[in-house]
Amino acid sequence: MGHDQPRLVTDGGQDPDEGASLEELMGGFRRARGGATARFGAAQAAIIRDLIGQVIELLGEPGDPEGEAEDLPVDGSVDADDLAAMVGLTENAKLSDDPVVARLLPDAYEGNAEAADEFRRYTEQGLRTGKVATARTVLATLPPGGGRVRLAEPEAQAWLRALNDVRLMLGVSLEVTDDFDDQVSDMSPDDPRAPYVGVYQWLAYIQDTLVRSLS
Amino acid sequence: MSVAPAEVDLPETEQETAPDLPWVTIVWNDPVNLMSYVTYVFQTVFGYAKPKAEKLMLDVHHKGRAVVSSGAREAMERDAETLHGYGLWATISHDS
Repeated sequence: MGHDQPRLVTDGGQDPDEGASLEELMGGFRRARGGATARFGAAQAAIIRDLIGQVIELLGEPGDPEGEAEDLPVDGSVDADDLAAMVGLTENAKLSDDPVVARLLPDAYEGNAEAADEFRRYTEQGLRTGKVATARTVLATLPPGGGRVRLAEPEAQAWLRALNDVRLMLGVSLEVTDDFDDQVSDMSPDDPRAPYVGVYQWLAYIQDTLVRSLS
Repeated sequence: MSVAPAEVDLPETEQETAPDLPWVTIVWNDPVNLMSYVTYVFQTVFGYAKPKAEKLMLDVHHKGRAVVSSGAREAMERDAETLHGYGLWATISHDS
């Protein structure tokens, strides 16, 4: 089981608005009363929404309580996995073969598979649900056509976590290492990773401005 | 949860949960997570003052890992779960 390279919307990463202010061109958050605010261009919003959607796609199944509930048979019969999901357990919990999912839901014990799996059995569904919820907060607060985003503090914290999950997803796919900046400066413009690198670095900037708005 | 048998012969091996040894939560270096974000997470999750949070973040960055909390195993599992929620790479182990 491999994982797909994150897909990137293809209408470019540049904000098409002409005469936009520096804030609009770079994007980025600043502190606002009770939270943070930023303005995103249409292409920027599309990119963020697309990547957030991919995180939801990766983590929404299995054990998504909403999905499970719809799938319950009408005669009331429930199998063990359904029951486990209803009480927040993940049966047969193992570190994912998908390196992105494995990074988002890592083992909590090194070199102790039994303890790691037991921890996962009790925590994985809650973590998946939490990550999907933070991702959905971004979708709910970022207009599809771009524009001004105003976040109260709890929403801003959800954004921080969701942006981090997106960056982890991209980071695993791009095989980011500590000397990544050096690799990037040597990277050919024809490298298939090049467009993702720009987005990855831009999201780092956005996330950093949001951290600083809240600190 | 299973019920313990009424009587068992305890083997003379080392018990896994020696009460005098605390458990620790370790955060590992990760090339993706921003330094500012990791500091923020340590402040938010543990209530550490910024200088302590920054020092821990720098330990993670330079030494590859840092112990960020210690205590009972259950508490460390909660810490690791919370840190995974923030996307930090955290593991639990026995202090030794």
